[in-house]
Amino acid sequence: MISHDPRPGTDIALRVKAIESLLIEKGIVDPAVLDTIIDAYEYRVGPHNGARIVARAWIDSDFRQRLLLDGTEAIAELGLTGFSSEHMVVVENTADVHNLIVCTLCSCYPWAILGLPPTWYKSFAYRSRAAMEPRAVLQEFGLEIAASVEVRVWDSNADLRYLVLPERPQGTEAMTEAALAKLVTRNAMIGTAKILPPDSPIEPIVEDAAP
Amino acid sequence: MNGPHDMGGMHNMGQIPIEENEPVFHSEWEAKVFAMSFATFVNYFPVDETRHASELMPPGQYLSSRYYERWLYALELLIIKHNLVTEAEIEERIAQLSQAQSSSDQR
Repeated sequence: MISHDPRPGTDIALRVKAIESLLIEKGIVDPAVLDTIIDAYEYRVGPHNGARIVARAWIDSDFRQRLLLDGTEAIAELGLTGFSSEHMVVVENTADVHNLIVCTLCSCYPWAILGLPPTWYKSFAYRSRAAMEPRAVLQEFGLEIAASVEVRVWDSNADLRYLVLPERPQGTEAMTEAALAKLVTRNAMIGTAKILPPDSPIEPIVEDAAP
Repeated sequence: MNGPHDMGGMHNMGQIPIEENEPVFHSEWEAKVFAMSFATFVNYFPVDETRHASELMPPGQYLSSRYYERWLYALELLIIKHNLVTEAEIEERIAQLSQAQSSSDQR
């Protein structure tokens, strides 16, 4: 957590403190539980969970098929089912299709798999534009999608959340599942980025290329 | 509900505000609003009610608010509606805290 900005946030910070002190005093919330919740979403729940799902799908084609057929069930196999990710649909990027996820109504997002959404995902700009002009939105992320590639936009809702299965980059054939998971980024699982090939040789290979 | 939250296709919302390496919460109050909402919607009202409550925010306010301000609006609305806290208690506590803060500032 970062230190508070004393000026613009002051009134709201005071209001929140007042509500917090009342809820604690009345025994409605427990301060230790509040700390546990904050700690969980700051440090424990995050895109590393989604990265495990993607890496497994890349190395295990049976799992990949189950994942695309019934995301909820396949994710449960990895023990990653959690709050706000109870019903999952996984959509696959290919050479012909690029998928993008949005929640036009607010900020629906698979918390247990990707953590809490970034500010841009919750912004009015992204919510209003992602479905209307996805290619222009993707350009702002530095991602140019060829005209020959179909862009599919998925609007999340309270009951159904999406995850993009990104394309496995070239040159990763020898990588382990754990090493592959490290390549997978949050934005690639939302659809606003692609996964770049690793720029350095893979760990287990002995470095013999040096002159 | 047909409100400002139904944003798909709205025009003139500008560029996507992309922040590199952004923290999960940008201030302590955001983290506290999230945690109090989470703790109450798990135990006192369903999360769907929280969502609906944030959509009850007046349109002008909705469009000029930050994300966790809308969460705070929903939290306040629901803790009052479910008789956990009264509006008067909240205002009174704000006044107390604000007075305590200004007297410690003067010292």
